[in-house]
Amino acid sequence: MFGYFISRLGMFIPTFLGVTLISFMFIRVLPGDPIIVMAGERGMTEERYQEMVEKLGFDKPVLRQYWDYLTGIMQGDLGESFVTKKPVWDEFFALFPATLELSICAMIFAVVLGLPAGVIAAVNRGKFFDRALMSSALVGYSMPIFWWALLLIIVFSGNLGWTPVSGRIDLLYYFPSVTGFMLIDSLLSGQAGAFQSAVRHLILPTIVLGTIPLAVIARQTRSAMLEVLGEDYIRTARAKGLSPTRINGLHALRNALIPVITVIGLSVGTLLAGAILTETIFSWPGIGKWMVDSIFRRDYPVVQGGLLMIAVIVMLVNLLVDVLYGIINPKIRRR
Amino acid sequence: MKFTMLAATAVAALTGFAAQANTLVYCSEGSPEGFDPALFTAGTTFDASSHPIYNRLLEFETGTTNVVPGLAESVEASDDGLEYTFKLRQGVKFHSNDEFTPTRDFNADDVIFSFMRQKDETHPYNQVSGGTWEYFQSMGMPDLVESIEKVDDYTVKFTLSKPEAPFVANMAMDFASILSAEYADAMMTAGTPEKLNTAPIGTGPFSFLAYQKDAVIRYANNGDYWKAPADVDNLIFAITPDASVRYQKLKAGECHIMPYPNPADIQAMKDDADINMMEQEGLNVGYLAYNTTIAPFDNPKVRKALNMAIDKNAIIDVVFQGSGQVAKNPIPPTMWGYNDAIVDDAYDPEAAKAMLEAEGVKDLKMKVWAMPVQRPYNPNARRMAELIQADYAKVGVDVEIVSYEWGEYLSRSKDLDRDGAVLLGWTGDNGDPDNFLAVLLGCDGREASNRAQWCHQPFEDLILEAKQSTDQAERTRLYEDAQVVFKDQAPWATIAHSVVYMPMSNKVQGYKVHPLGGHIFYGVSVE
Repeated sequence: MFGYFISRLGMFIPTFLGVTLISFMFIRVLPGDPIIVMAGERGMTEERYQEMVEKLGFDKPVLRQYWDYLTGIMQGDLGESFVTKKPVWDEFFALFPATLELSICAMIFAVVLGLPAGVIAAVNRGKFFDRALMSSALVGYSMPIFWWALLLIIVFSGNLGWTPVSGRIDLLYYFPSVTGFMLIDSLLSGQAGAFQSAVRHLILPTIVLGTIPLAVIARQTRSAMLEVLGEDYIRTARAKGLSPTRINGLHALRNALIPVITVIGLSVGTLLAGAILTETIFSWPGIGKWMVDSIFRRDYPVVQGGLLMIAVIVMLVNLLVDVLYGIINPKIRRR
Repeated sequence: MKFTMLAATAVAALTGFAAQANTLVYCSEGSPEGFDPALFTAGTTFDASSHPIYNRLLEFETGTTNVVPGLAESVEASDDGLEYTFKLRQGVKFHSNDEFTPTRDFNADDVIFSFMRQKDETHPYNQVSGGTWEYFQSMGMPDLVESIEKVDDYTVKFTLSKPEAPFVANMAMDFASILSAEYADAMMTAGTPEKLNTAPIGTGPFSFLAYQKDAVIRYANNGDYWKAPADVDNLIFAITPDASVRYQKLKAGECHIMPYPNPADIQAMKDDADINMMEQEGLNVGYLAYNTTIAPFDNPKVRKALNMAIDKNAIIDVVFQGSGQVAKNPIPPTMWGYNDAIVDDAYDPEAAKAMLEAEGVKDLKMKVWAMPVQRPYNPNARRMAELIQADYAKVGVDVEIVSYEWGEYLSRSKDLDRDGAVLLGWTGDNGDPDNFLAVLLGCDGREASNRAQWCHQPFEDLILEAKQSTDQAERTRLYEDAQVVFKDQAPWATIAHSVVYMPMSNKVQGYKVHPLGGHIFYGVSVE
């Protein structure tokens, strides 16, 4: 198992280097000069422009700029935002807990509902429940996040008044951030009602962000289960007289989980991408909106640093998924 | 059914945020870049920094572009217009925070510090927080201000390199906010000079409490304010980037005021008895600038004919969805010096066609540049370009619409030999007509902010004379004359001024829509 882990980790380093290069090049190949964008309609003199070019280091050859960026990363320095003038590292870690908290909740929502839905649909193949679930999953998968979020806000917050419209907690609660996770910080604050408020604020964003992974997981679980349910060993289990719950829940589901876990791993990327829209609509102070704003402003250090950090997180999750494969299916780690 | 009712009861018990009686919640449209106004240029940043936290030597009277005394009780200009002497207000206190308690009141040292850090490249604070001092630079202050001198603790003298009347209005701009020199020294000694930007200390009506990026900014009433204290105990900015969500929050009582509503929501807001919709013309102009150096656009009669071919009312209806008004002058009607006697070119395609033929223009092909971004003065440039394209087709002009990425657009549209007419606009900085007429149409602005590349000596003489005069009545007359010349020469088709809408709960009292675009909560109360 250890050797398997090391071999997976070894693949991490070239991927990481590739990501640094892509994140560095990505923003530079887009048209648009950050200095001119910063100046806007107001513009600036040629002399002032040259001063800014020197100040931001754009007068150096691109390879030198990349080298500076790479050496900065090695020293834990992702540079400073052109806009806020603050270290990218500080901004990322101030915002990331909000994205992580929302993504974890969305993933739990998707897995907790998606797995049983997929299993039940597979077991009831072709019946009404199966068709209803799979049609709903298709709708969920196809639904534009923006529209879905606004619909939920208008119905549940605007018309029914059941949930807050946006934000992470009611504004009347005010306490310092300890962990950055509102659920934990609200508990630590000891303020009555703070935790409930944080939970309430999570409901709609969680549903919105979790809808697509929920649909994907449900469909994937169903198809994996159907494949497994046709295997000989399931027929044998049935012949042995095992209860359907035991067959489906233990024998079939465990073997159906490999492709499902792959999907869950890949969904992390989807969640982070979905967070961009979800965070914007629900005024959720996470990294999604921060990245989009930075791309429009051509804030090179933020885009480079943010992309790199997101890529590293996705890589780490996929490393974890690889390790999980090994745990679930011993044949894989022996290959 | 039973479950639904139970769930509804439970959720309703949990919800129901109500802003406390003495708290004003503003659903702002974005996050500030920081809290030191001199470092930045965005209106969103100024709303969160210079307006609640700081004061300036002179201030714009809220709701007007009039310049009134601020931290300076008076200002006196020398006869040659080169020296401005400010008499400072006494007994003004700075805020305090966990790391700083002021030991003295505001004085001349704070004024010198606030400007010299922007002007003097050797100043210890010049490079702090990546200081580029964009506004100070773009208003030409480094060259204009020759020296700043402390005459005594409560008198400061600015010496200029040339007479320039708009200097007075510049001193009321956000970049001219006054910071505490004592706080700056303390933070430099502590090794945390960037705290000037992240933990601001000012003299304004609200003191800064806390900021959570992209989420919320909190302020407390400054009980020691040198004017009457603000009417609310707490001011909260709930950062809400999406306009539809801001509207829902306003309806749900989660905020009291919101800026920048969706045009499509405006009518519903007006119809809502719980919402008070305030409106005012914005201090901006959207225009189509011809390249006046290239034939046939170097002929004022051709430009005039093309202007007459544009149906501006249709643009207001379609592009602004009613939230705009037709522009006839290059400055907005809320600005002093606006010449209301000018009559706009009538929309008359037949006459326009005849004028073009009379000038020998037939089968003209031209480009119209459409901005790739939304601005208050042009919410949908592509659509506007399409309408102009259709209008021009009626007079026999074939238009090709082009667009570029925003940075490229700004850069290429400055070229002297640019092919085509450019859609662009401007939002005023200081309420002075010079800020529109000289910046956008002066000869010095060619290949820069003068997108028409227009240099017309009679116009230039008028705006230069107005710039140097300190007599307001004289300046008004000169600018009115300049607008007559502009209309006659038609370097632009002036399209529209936006209308600024501010929906708010009808519990809010005392709010004034500020023509300079800022959102100011001093003097605002909540029932």
